[in-house]
Amino acid sequence: MLVYTAKRILLAILVSLTVSALVFSLLYLSGDPATALAGERASQADIMAIRAAYGFDQPVYVQYFKWLAGAVQGEFGESVYFRLPVIDLILERLPVTMTLGVCAMIFALALSIPLGVLAAMYPNSLIDRAALLLAVVGQAMPSFWFALMLIVLFAYWVPILPASGSDSWQHFVLPTIVLGYYATPAFMRLTRTGLLDVLSSDYVRTARAKGLRPAKVLFKHALRNAIIPVVSLAAVQFGFMLTGSIIIETVFALHGAGFLAWESISRSDFPTVQAVLLLFSWFYIILTFLADLLNAWLNPRIRVA
Amino acid sequence: MTPTIKVENLRVSIPLAAGVLHAVRGISFEVAKGETLCLVGESGCGKSLTSLALMDLLPSRAKREADRIELDGADLLKLGERDMAKVRGSTMAMIFQEPMTSLNPAYTIGNQLEEGIRLHKGVSASEARERAVYLLEKVGITGASSRLGQYPHQLSGGLRQRVMIAMALMCGPDLLICDEPTTALDVTIQAQILHLLKDLQREFDMAVILITHDLGIVARVADRVAVMYAGEIIESGDVDEIFSRPTHPYTQGLMNCIPVPGKTAYGERLGTIPGIVPSMIGEMTGCAFANRCAYAEDICLKTLTTRELVPNHAVRCVRAEEVAALNAGLDTATASAGSPA
Amino acid sequence: MSVMNTTVPSAEQILGPTPGQILRRKVFGHRGIVIGGGIFLFIVLMALLAPWLAPYDPYHQDLVARLAPPVWHEKGTWDHILGTDQVGRDYLSRLIYGARISLLIGIMAALISGIIGTVMGVAAGYFGGKVDLVVTFLITCRLSLPVILVSLAVVAIVGGSLEMVILVLGLLLWDRYAVVMRASTQQIRSLDYVAAAQAAGCSTWYILAREILPNVMNQLIVVATLEFAHAVLLEAALSFLGLGVQPPLPSWGLMISEGRNYILFDPWLIAIPGSALFMMLLAVNLLGDGVRDVTVPENRA
Repeated sequence: MLVYTAKRILLAILVSLTVSALVFSLLYLSGDPATALAGERASQADIMAIRAAYGFDQPVYVQYFKWLAGAVQGEFGESVYFRLPVIDLILERLPVTMTLGVCAMIFALALSIPLGVLAAMYPNSLIDRAALLLAVVGQAMPSFWFALMLIVLFAYWVPILPASGSDSWQHFVLPTIVLGYYATPAFMRLTRTGLLDVLSSDYVRTARAKGLRPAKVLFKHALRNAIIPVVSLAAVQFGFMLTGSIIIETVFALHGAGFLAWESISRSDFPTVQAVLLLFSWFYIILTFLADLLNAWLNPRIRVA
Repeated sequence: MTPTIKVENLRVSIPLAAGVLHAVRGISFEVAKGETLCLVGESGCGKSLTSLALMDLLPSRAKREADRIELDGADLLKLGERDMAKVRGSTMAMIFQEPMTSLNPAYTIGNQLEEGIRLHKGVSASEARERAVYLLEKVGITGASSRLGQYPHQLSGGLRQRVMIAMALMCGPDLLICDEPTTALDVTIQAQILHLLKDLQREFDMAVILITHDLGIVARVADRVAVMYAGEIIESGDVDEIFSRPTHPYTQGLMNCIPVPGKTAYGERLGTIPGIVPSMIGEMTGCAFANRCAYAEDICLKTLTTRELVPNHAVRCVRAEEVAALNAGLDTATASAGSPA
Repeated sequence: MSVMNTTVPSAEQILGPTPGQILRRKVFGHRGIVIGGGIFLFIVLMALLAPWLAPYDPYHQDLVARLAPPVWHEKGTWDHILGTDQVGRDYLSRLIYGARISLLIGIMAALISGIIGTVMGVAAGYFGGKVDLVVTFLITCRLSLPVILVSLAVVAIVGGSLEMVILVLGLLLWDRYAVVMRASTQQIRSLDYVAAAQAAGCSTWYILAREILPNVMNQLIVVATLEFAHAVLLEAALSFLGLGVQPPLPSWGLMISEGRNYILFDPWLIAIPGSALFMMLLAVNLLGDGVRDVTVPENRA
């Protein structure tokens, strides 16, 4: 387990570095970052000033290491638009995104795992078909469109929930549903197929041959093994949800980090964009790392090596 | 004496896209206390499904029907899922083919050994543990008490199968069903496990149903044999009788596939059975083996009966007597000629 | 034993229906494939025949007839069956031409990412060792980068256009191909017939082309449908956020974005393109699921 953890940490660090280099190099896609930052109407003098201010006149690798060194300490420079430290902006917005992410995750798991279990226990039954329909429809539903239709329905036609803003808990209801529903099909399918697999496995047959009650077979022998891949997926999906929050927060005007990212992109505020992108990536890397550790701990083949 | 298990007209069918697969078509047998019945047949003949049907552990889409399944005189067909679960693992236990995958990777050996007896007999944790250690030693595992804390992946295949056997014996079952218990193991381990099973059977005085495709195993452990082909028992009887006078053409074919030391000449071609097993999808009239049988006549495609030629030797073949007679003649002919025809 | 004069059973007697017959029966008996395939075929035909089907030029503006409601609305007319948008363009015509954009982006992005991902996945699965290590590392890095954010940023920096969206999505969506192809190649690599081909002296290219690829094809098709849907969805999302396909191109995502300001009084402006998008994604997902169902062999007990 120790060796495994050490290896996994090393991998996470390597991935973080590679990702940071990619994020950094994004700015150079346009050829000249100073021109991109200055905007279309900037004069030559403006561009020169920006070039000097941001250190674009230095060699690229020097710029990268400076930026990375800052990033590791939580120092991402100043937002071009707000004229404020980027890190303060993000920290101010992050609670909204995290609240949304956690709510949506709870919503998704609470909906999908029981459905997936029921569907696997009674394959081809009515409940299985209903769950499958829900999954198929959910996968095909563009989240931003679903969000807009919910706004039409619950904010205008039957006005019981606010359409935009982030002031009260009511503001989080619709975004939670949209974002959670987006992750539900994947969870449900994985729970269903995982459990179906496990239920037809030899060791579940052994457990049944021992005369254990169906509930005991399900909860002790089957679910424990079927849930392992769901744990990994939950980490991955939480990362996806953060990205999905860009769209959801934009539609519902929730002032979270995703909304900040979109605002910054449309305002060419690249230091902020880079910071959000890097933080989201690192967050995802940490999540998958933790999920792998949890997985290893759940699986005796890795734990008791 | 009432047999431990008595099965009459057991049928198993599985609906598939291409039609209904009749995997087991009306088989009957019984096994008494202390007796070993071997179900022999090639893969796909329905022998494993038969064992699962007895335990009521068939895959959910497979359908089980029977006139009677009695264990210790009690009708299993009448039991609900809940009562059936009480029988499973306590009076009737099963050992599976794949020791590598038959144990749950997430729990320790001890945990998995003890949960059955704690449920069925309501014994305390320490009693269950004592019994587990006792049985692990019985099945020849050294350092039994330290093994209890180990996980399945830490044991070899042979050890795991021993654990499976110990697990099956935890509640002292009357009937032990072994589905190809040695197929997945090395040959040397196979012999050990078979000896072990035989010894344990004698010690605990159980009825054993052993399912195998290996006639060598049959010869070694069986009291009685039932040969299965395409979902039917086509010949059954005492092991000596079957081995010395195989009557059904399929059984004869099987026997011809094994070399016999001292009898099979060096370089001689072993027998094969030409043709392949018919599709078992849909209804079938007459003998399933007719399309491969050297003795087949028109009548074989129309009717089919099982008859006892001599006591304790039943053959499912309409031309059984003629085949037996022909065969006796053939045997003397080949014996006098000194070489196979 | 002498030769047994057995009657040799005919092929049908032994095998029942041929694999082809079973497959055909499964395909046409699979509700998902029939429904999904039907809808998808309809959309493809719509896209191909757009110039003949569309009643108007999708770019023609008619400010007098702006925001006309669809025909089922009480004020709707048959002049514009699905109404008109905020600058008076015929909504049905834009919808029909919009299918072209979605299909084009879906197919091209699935193709580009498919080539990248398959090459990486098959190489990793077949060669193993260092190649596998590198590919797995690249997959991990790629997964750590959020697709929407990266594509938004890239499009914002480089500028949005149809070609750019295709390129960005094509270069980003290869991860699932690589993951699935790696796993299935590994699995097939360990089978005896690959070892047999190697023992027979077949070249690596020959084995990859003749032994590996045909056996991972089913999974490749399933992933391709998934990624097609993914690309269509992402294009719509990017266009919706204003950083995808640029106006006046009739993209469904863009149509939803443009209709957003009229959400209160003219909700059909978002309901119609959204439904079209939903139907297309539904059809492709049903097809993908169906292909997976049909190609999984029925396990014998």
